[in-house]
Amino acid sequence: MNAAPSWILDLVALVGRLALNMAAALGRFGLFLAQAVVFMLTPPFKGRQLLSRIHFIGFNSLVIIVLTGAFTGMVLGLQVFITLSRFGSEAFLGPAVALSLIRELGPVLAALMVTGRAGSALTAEIGIMRITEQIDALTVMALNPYRYLVVPSIVAGLITFPLMTAIFDTVGIFGGYLVGVKLLGLSRGTYFGEMTTFVDLGDIATGVWKSLSFGVLVTWVCAYKGFYVGHGAEGVARATTQAVVLSSVLILVWDYFLGSVLQ
Amino acid sequence: MILVENLRKSFGEQQVLNGVNLEIGKGEILVIIGQSGGGKSVLLKHLLGLLEADDGRIVVDGVDVTSLRGRALDDVRRRYGVVFQGGALFDSMSVFDNVAFPLRERTHLRESEISARAKAKLEQVGLATMGHKNPAEISGGMRKRVAIARALITEPEIVFFDEPTTGLDPVLVSAIHRLILELHSRFHFTAVMVSHEIPEIFQIAQKVAMLHDGRIVESGPADLIQASENPVIRQFIRGDPEGPLQAH
Ligand SMILES: Nc1ncnc2c1ncn2[C@@H]1O[C@H](COP(=O)(O)OP(=O)(O)OP(=O)(O)O)[C@@H](O)[C@H]1O
Ligand SMILES: [Mg+2]
Repeated sequence: MNAAPSWILDLVALVGRLALNMAAALGRFGLFLAQAVVFMLTPPFKGRQLLSRIHFIGFNSLVIIVLTGAFTGMVLGLQVFITLSRFGSEAFLGPAVALSLIRELGPVLAALMVTGRAGSALTAEIGIMRITEQIDALTVMALNPYRYLVVPSIVAGLITFPLMTAIFDTVGIFGGYLVGVKLLGLSRGTYFGEMTTFVDLGDIATGVWKSLSFGVLVTWVCAYKGFYVGHGAEGVARATTQAVVLSSVLILVWDYFLGSVLQ
Repeated sequence: MILVENLRKSFGEQQVLNGVNLEIGKGEILVIIGQSGGGKSVLLKHLLGLLEADDGRIVVDGVDVTSLRGRALDDVRRRYGVVFQGGALFDSMSVFDNVAFPLRERTHLRESEISARAKAKLEQVGLATMGHKNPAEISGGMRKRVAIARALITEPEIVFFDEPTTGLDPVLVSAIHRLILELHSRFHFTAVMVSHEIPEIFQIAQKVAMLHDGRIVESGPADLIQASENPVIRQFIRGDPEGPLQAH
């Protein structure tokens, strides 16, 4: 029997090594959240760090959330109006805008916006703390870096993402109102009246579940990428890019999954 | 007392520590010298429990710390003070808050007491007026001094200095050395210091150890090392470009 050519062995070894590395990285990624959850549920809690994270992730993203929310609502108002008017059912503009925002676009777009603004900054900040040995400094002070950096970020994500989404939805619905009512001449009563008939608590719950899970997902990915950053400025740059790309992809994948579960 | 036994560490193919043996007595100032890139910081990180050894052990006052995790390791670390090579100051806080941080987070002292102690420490390192600044706004030498103040504020039993004076002007170097000696005679901590300041360190060290090729080639009282016949140590102390040491 002939021995397999060496390049085949090399290839098998390479595939095996890649698979092992990937499994190890996935394990580390999962363990990272598990550890954070343990420290989230056991005192001491770091209130001051949490407040500053809420400020960092939430408050600082307000402008961009309001801006994108308004334009999303206006675009929706315009496009949905055009579509509906073909069927002569412009009256349903209000619920159509509200449902798309509350169930789908609000949570997803708000999460994507916050990822771009705050998620990337979170990765960069934690990454820089890693490469300048600030995380080591915490560790040797016998202070747990998870408690100081990771837990406050994830809890802040849980708190701020639903709030950001609510603001996005509200501003968006108002944007749709501006276009539909002020510009295209729909009556105000129709726009808001039909909305309350068609939007129920289930729709709002869907949006809330989505934004809560995006809050965990984004802060988890971004904190993780910063925590395990490579070397030097280049490492931080790479980690930041990866964090944004991975968060964005996972938001859309998870959105589809949740959307099909929470009908 | 700290005992390092047969410590080994490689990163991938690169063997950095190749069986390090070292003994550091209580209250002693030990200075580790050696070439840049020789693994001095890596050795310190093992002592601090930041890196895991491939082999060998580190024993602190009879406790093998290489096998400790979590709380047990933190209990040992609470006795430590660390000055990192780059300072590792928290850049989200002012200089003053950096110095006060260990007290705020680890003690139940009142804020007025913490504030008084932090001020006193900043004064000792000659930075009384710099407390309000951000670490990014002060010079490299000042950052080193803030790092020293932060490391010593909890009055640790064992202090690790990774090149506390590299990159500072000669006046500041001797000022910091004098400061370390002064604080040492006051608090009697054990000091493990990595330094390139030759010959000054022979004045402040009680013991000197030279790390070369992943091993301690010689360690002993400062004056004996200074007079050593070992060609590696002689070349290193004289800064001779010719000899067994290769510049890289
Ligand atoms: N986390 C790491 N991963 C991979 N290699 C590392 C790591 N840390 C250190 N090294 C390598 O170990 C070697 C020793 O590094 P170390 O920082 O201990 O040198 P040093 O003696 O402190 O030098 P210097 O005097 O310049 O500070 C270097 O070659 C470095 O590339
Ligand atoms: Mg070093």
